[in-house]
Amino acid sequence: MLSAPIPMHIPDGFLSTPVSVVLWIISIAAIAYALRRVGNELGERQVPFMGVLSAAIFAGQMLNFTVVGGTSGHLLGSALATILLGPWAAIIVMTSVVAIQALIFQDGGLVVLGANLFNMAIVGVAVAYTVYRAIHRLSGGRQWGIFVGGFLAAWSSIEFAALACALQLAASGTSPANVAVPAMGGIHALIGVGEGLITVGALAFLYATRRDLLIAGEGSTPQGKLVWGVGLAIALLLAVLSPLASAYPDGLEWVAEEHGFIEAARAPLYEVIPDYLFPGVSNEALATILAGVLGTLIVFGVVFAIGYARRKRSAT
Amino acid sequence: MHHSIEIRNLSFQYPDGHLALSQVDLTISPGEKAALVGPNGAGKSTLLLHLNGILQGQGEVRVCGLDLRDKKNLPKVRGMVGLVFQNPDDQLFSPTVYDDVAFGPLYQGLPLEEVERRVQAALAAVHMEAYAQRVSHHLSVGEKKRISIATVLSMQPEVLVLDEPTAGLDPRARRNLIHLLAELDMTMLVSTHDMHLVRELFPRMIIMDQGRIIADGKTEELLKDTVLLETHGLEAP
Amino acid sequence: MHVHYLDPYQPRHSPIHNLDSRVKLALALAYLLSTSLTPAGAWASYILLAAILLSAERLSDLPFSYFLRRAILALPFIFAALPLPLTTPGHIVAEFSLGGLSLRVSAEGLIRSASIALKFWLSIQMAVLLTVSTPFPELLQALRALRVPRLLVAIFGLTWRYLFVFADEALRLMRARSARSGQHPQGGYRSGRTLAWRAQVTGSMAGSLFLRALERSERIYMAMLARGYDGEVRMKPLPPLPIAQSIFLWIGIGILTLIAALGHFLTRLG
Repeated sequence: MLSAPIPMHIPDGFLSTPVSVVLWIISIAAIAYALRRVGNELGERQVPFMGVLSAAIFAGQMLNFTVVGGTSGHLLGSALATILLGPWAAIIVMTSVVAIQALIFQDGGLVVLGANLFNMAIVGVAVAYTVYRAIHRLSGGRQWGIFVGGFLAAWSSIEFAALACALQLAASGTSPANVAVPAMGGIHALIGVGEGLITVGALAFLYATRRDLLIAGEGSTPQGKLVWGVGLAIALLLAVLSPLASAYPDGLEWVAEEHGFIEAARAPLYEVIPDYLFPGVSNEALATILAGVLGTLIVFGVVFAIGYARRKRSAT
Repeated sequence: MHHSIEIRNLSFQYPDGHLALSQVDLTISPGEKAALVGPNGAGKSTLLLHLNGILQGQGEVRVCGLDLRDKKNLPKVRGMVGLVFQNPDDQLFSPTVYDDVAFGPLYQGLPLEEVERRVQAALAAVHMEAYAQRVSHHLSVGEKKRISIATVLSMQPEVLVLDEPTAGLDPRARRNLIHLLAELDMTMLVSTHDMHLVRELFPRMIIMDQGRIIADGKTEELLKDTVLLETHGLEAP
Repeated sequence: MHVHYLDPYQPRHSPIHNLDSRVKLALALAYLLSTSLTPAGAWASYILLAAILLSAERLSDLPFSYFLRRAILALPFIFAALPLPLTTPGHIVAEFSLGGLSLRVSAEGLIRSASIALKFWLSIQMAVLLTVSTPFPELLQALRALRVPRLLVAIFGLTWRYLFVFADEALRLMRARSARSGQHPQGGYRSGRTLAWRAQVTGSMAGSLFLRALERSERIYMAMLARGYDGEVRMKPLPPLPIAQSIFLWIGIGILTLIAALGHFLTRLG
């Protein structure tokens, strides 16, 4: 079975309906715009080009390498697609990949598909683009810009998509922000390294065989500015929101409630009690850190357990 | 009366500078069955891609009298020349066999009943009637080749153009395909490395090498000229 | 070497399989939405939803265990909801200490995490039921009926078609790597070199997959042009929905709406 290699596909049930709906609306708008941009650029080539490359990214996610014990590194591909195809085409490619994963492999739910598209096809692509362009400009077009930029773009695409995912879980009241943010952020900081290394490997291969493809990606047109700005805004917003939400775990839900996101019926349950971070631990900062460590340990434990079980199964 | 295919002084250069076709002249008459042979890189596939205007080089290409330099003729010509690509995984791009065979007629804007009729007839012609709802990926290479041919038969072309139809087939699938090609009573231009196939089915043989037509004549006679064949990387069957 | 097992569709002749794919997709989405909207702790609604799910699974001619096995794949995510009983304020039902840390479990927290687990469990099985009983080409038609842009539907169709082709290639690449990844017969060398090197090898494989896709997309584009493709996506119009099927669809949507409404009514009472 082909299951999502990177634990970032939110299943149904984990996000509240209002959060899901809001993210659907944002994603649909972004995808519709990207479809138009790519259509203008590629014309009649759009359908075969986007369809076939989506399939390649999809299959590329099957590739893996051994990290340690039974765990392995995988590719998600948002950054690689962005660097090679440009941001608009990458949005379409990742949309196709994530949508089909949800539709036929149940990697990620359908009501929450809007959120998964937002995280992987939009945040992942926009942040990767911003980082790659910034490093590329910094390097003045030299070779190291491609590889350092590629690594950091890939790492950031994973990390920021994970933070967005954690904040959505927190805003839905599924997972307290002071657990979700450090847990998702922590584990994906590691997963992001794998993503970065594979992406650099792919870029090195293409640099050696088809340098023209990497050069073609550089000549970004005015359209790039918009994505660059959006990517930067998303990255900054997530970078500010994540620690803030961790420090004030009720904050996100409070905002959601203020805007009527969460059903009024549930409101009485959420009477804000300041010390419920980790009951019994009075120091807020200490509690946040503890929760983060515990969360990360839990996720690590799960990942290791799964890896161990898989290895055992394949050994027999 | 005009010929099915008329090519005058056709040259084509790829963007990287490689000269793939050089001053090619070729005429195929209605009902004729001709084989195009030559080593890899001779320009066979490039020539075939010119026959319905996917590539456009210097020179004149006419299909059933229509000049391909006139862009308005392209849609018509694409209906007249049924071009089957070498790799069936490139030719069959739709989710199901039915969708693939219906693709050409749908783009010709035919009414739905006619599309339906064409699909049934094309699948019957390649003896694959039962496969309409099948998924292409699950077919064998031989089955994929037959469906590939059906995808252009459904457009009822004047000329059938095949790029290496027997490549990669096991002996039985190859034999079945040869029977099928023998059954199809239409003008045919087929590029191939399969010299047995050439001898069996094609009275006329055209040898290409390095973008040029080296020889063009009766298969029987050309196959006797072992020196000519060897010079151009071919073997007599 | 073909990765047939990638395709989750299980051909059967069940009432569920025979349902029009448009009705199936619409009802599955309505079910998921109704489950999503049902508030935490509305057990009556969850029981009704579970009853619908189990009867549909029973009707599908596939064993329950099949759905459970597929549902387990997404299980790790359940850990996201685990800390809830400890962090949600409310009636404390249990209290224990863990190395100086006193943990208090609240009833509200328990209800919320149990509800999330239930929602997840019901939703994923419904999604599994949809895909095992509907061939993907039919699912694409259903997407068209739900007004997903044709352009996107065409891209999804090609992605699905070539997913299998590239999955085969990825598998071949990995087999070729395994075949050459060994240890020195005398031992004494550490096999596999470094992590970064292994990642880079995998990256090269991804790069070559990308390159092959690029070349293939060009050939497919030509094959499409050769059959008259002009950039506009043309598809056969969908046949009209039989009356009986559309009545079934609306009754189903009505019931699912009522179940979610019942949930809200009950929790408001409580």
